[in-house]
Amino acid sequence: MSNSQQITGAQALIKSLIAEGVDLVFGYPGGAIMPVYDALYDCQDELKHVLVRHEQGASHAAEGYARVTRRPGVVIVTSGPGATNIITGLSDALMDSTPMVVITGQVASGMLGSEAFQETDVVAITLPITKWACQIRRPEDIPAMVARAFYIASTGRPGPVVLDVAKDAQVGMMTWRGYKKCDYIRSYNPCPALPASKLEAAAAIINEARRPIIMAGHGVSIAGAEDALKALAEKTGSPVAATLLGLSAMSSDHPLYRGMLGMHGNVAPNYMTNRADVIIGVGLRFDDRVAGLVSEYAPNARVIHIDIDPSEDNKNIKTECFIHGDAREVLEALVPMVDEARHDEWLAEFDRCDEVEKKVVIDPEVKPGKGLLKMGEVVSCVSKAFGDKAIVVTDVGQNQMFAARYSRYTEPRSMVTSGGLGTMGFGLPAAIGAKMGEPGRDVVLFVGDGGLQMTLQELGTIMQYGVNVKIVLLNNNFLGNVRQWQAMFFNNRFSQTPMLNPDFVAIAAAYGIDGENVAGRDELPAAIDRMVSHKGSYIINVNIDATDMIFPMIAPGKAVDDILIDLNTKFTL
Amino acid sequence: MSDNKDKQLFTMSAFAENAVGVLNQVTAIYTRRCINIESITASACSIPGVSKFTITCHSDRDTMDKVVRQIEKRIDVIKAFLYCDEDIVYQEVALYKVPTEKLLEEKHLEWIIRKHSARILEITPVYTVIEKTGHRDETESLFEALKRYDIRQFARSGRVTITKDPVEYVTALLAEREKDLK
Repeated sequence: MSNSQQITGAQALIKSLIAEGVDLVFGYPGGAIMPVYDALYDCQDELKHVLVRHEQGASHAAEGYARVTRRPGVVIVTSGPGATNIITGLSDALMDSTPMVVITGQVASGMLGSEAFQETDVVAITLPITKWACQIRRPEDIPAMVARAFYIASTGRPGPVVLDVAKDAQVGMMTWRGYKKCDYIRSYNPCPALPASKLEAAAAIINEARRPIIMAGHGVSIAGAEDALKALAEKTGSPVAATLLGLSAMSSDHPLYRGMLGMHGNVAPNYMTNRADVIIGVGLRFDDRVAGLVSEYAPNARVIHIDIDPSEDNKNIKTECFIHGDAREVLEALVPMVDEARHDEWLAEFDRCDEVEKKVVIDPEVKPGKGLLKMGEVVSCVSKAFGDKAIVVTDVGQNQMFAARYSRYTEPRSMVTSGGLGTMGFGLPAAIGAKMGEPGRDVVLFVGDGGLQMTLQELGTIMQYGVNVKIVLLNNNFLGNVRQWQAMFFNNRFSQTPMLNPDFVAIAAAYGIDGENVAGRDELPAAIDRMVSHKGSYIINVNIDATDMIFPMIAPGKAVDDILIDLNTKFTL
Repeated sequence: MSDNKDKQLFTMSAFAENAVGVLNQVTAIYTRRCINIESITASACSIPGVSKFTITCHSDRDTMDKVVRQIEKRIDVIKAFLYCDEDIVYQEVALYKVPTEKLLEEKHLEWIIRKHSARILEITPVYTVIEKTGHRDETESLFEALKRYDIRQFARSGRVTITKDPVEYVTALLAEREKDLK
């Protein structure tokens, strides 16, 4: 192949993706993107395309792929409805800092603004929910714009990027002069030098701490800072708590790992937040589900906040020391600067919280012994059956919170969930993407009957590509989380939450996916064993107690130490 | 939470790449927080290829600090700054269109023009266009003075601003970035 040749913009787009190292894209063809699909036809050995059943599925699959691989997920869709169908995925990816490059077809540039067939103002719609969005109207701009898109999506705080490619840019000819990766944009400096004075200030605060907590967010996984986090925790003797997206950044087995933060997190880390004298927040946003009532958040703590995104500085809570930087670089720099310490009495207070939570919340959930199956016991059994090593993908709602709480994590990057946006329907396509990104690992999806039906069509994608995803359907024939709020805050008025459901195992069977119904406790272990040992996808449809509620709970707008451990009982130490 | 929830007038200046849609990204950050924009100016600045957006609004310091950081977060934005009136030299231009015949009846027209340091840009038998450059209170004061002549049209620009700071941060930042490239 000569170094400079005449090719179409569409061919240049495909060549650029391949040159960027992309080997898998999720997408759906349509009128305004057909030249790209035609160019793809010649390159299917180098660039595998996964045909989803709805564009939203492509966007969540790309997110699942990106979360487990730390590489941008790539999506190709057409203009108009193709583009608007990926809006939820873009918004989800922005909230959860997930790198994604989305290519949308667009009508020919001469027709822009004329309300042409399947024309939508994609850049204007997507700018507020992407890290960057740009329209390409000339074929010769394509390679540089693709390079820029990948650079923006994958550096700094990762996020989704949209390239809206007009049809004439796809069919027009250009001279291919090779592909050059982007590593510089003058208005964008994703990783500035570490501020030495801030590191010293943080080390001084940590060295004075008597009651420290390290809070690990998604940034730890994104930066690959798991080892540095562990080193800091071990050297300073500090307990570590994880946000929902920070789960699996530290092994559940580690003695300093003390559970999940947030509305349905563990008692100890939430309760002790308001007793801590130092909080070291690493790559988290302190969003309302974690911080609760901000005015009563951590009143005794000096807060160190490490984040790659400078706009997080003082955004949700007041910090004494904000360190702008990559979590791994900052933690690696901090570890040699801090003193060795032990905080045994402080950790013993966590143990006392744990004892109460185990007795009041966990044991009755995991070993109820009688009555209908509970979500927690199902999740716990499934986690054990995979040796606590599977990639856990969840949908949104009670299934998500039970999956997060009752799974154990011993490998990094083992939790894929929609945290910030809370997107029902995320689970099934994200599980497909996660499995395609990490084919060597087990992927298990916990999903409710509501969320599964939001993207149920992706069973077709599983069928077509033989994806091996284990689906645990926690089926209570209710929109369970809304039901719980209706029970707690709306006087048991179950407005539009009961669901008449189809035979999910039969539907899966129609897609060639094996599975079974689990009606009772005695059937569960064998069903899980069959699911684990089955070659290929498998669904277990578990009949769940609809009255099961997720506790502990910090009600919305309450302080993080105002924790309900059951409907009527407030936690006290 | 905020040190001062009392609203005051803030001027935000953002320097960005001169590209399609950047202004949209900047104003979207105000829209999202439901902050009403009082005035807006987009113009060239001393650096080739760089646009300057100057937006004024009433808000509190805590909110505006967050707004500025979120503006800066946009990829195409180079740097954004938040100013109070004391930090900047600023001007607005106002134009007033009044019926000429009404003005001719006025004995004190010359006095009004002089007092407000305004100037007349165009006179036709039908209308006269007067221009006043200054701060908001000055252009408003002339508006009050001309009110009785039946102002037919009135328009005022957004602010143009120059900082009083001796350091040119954007120029320095871009020079620094230029070094990173090499």
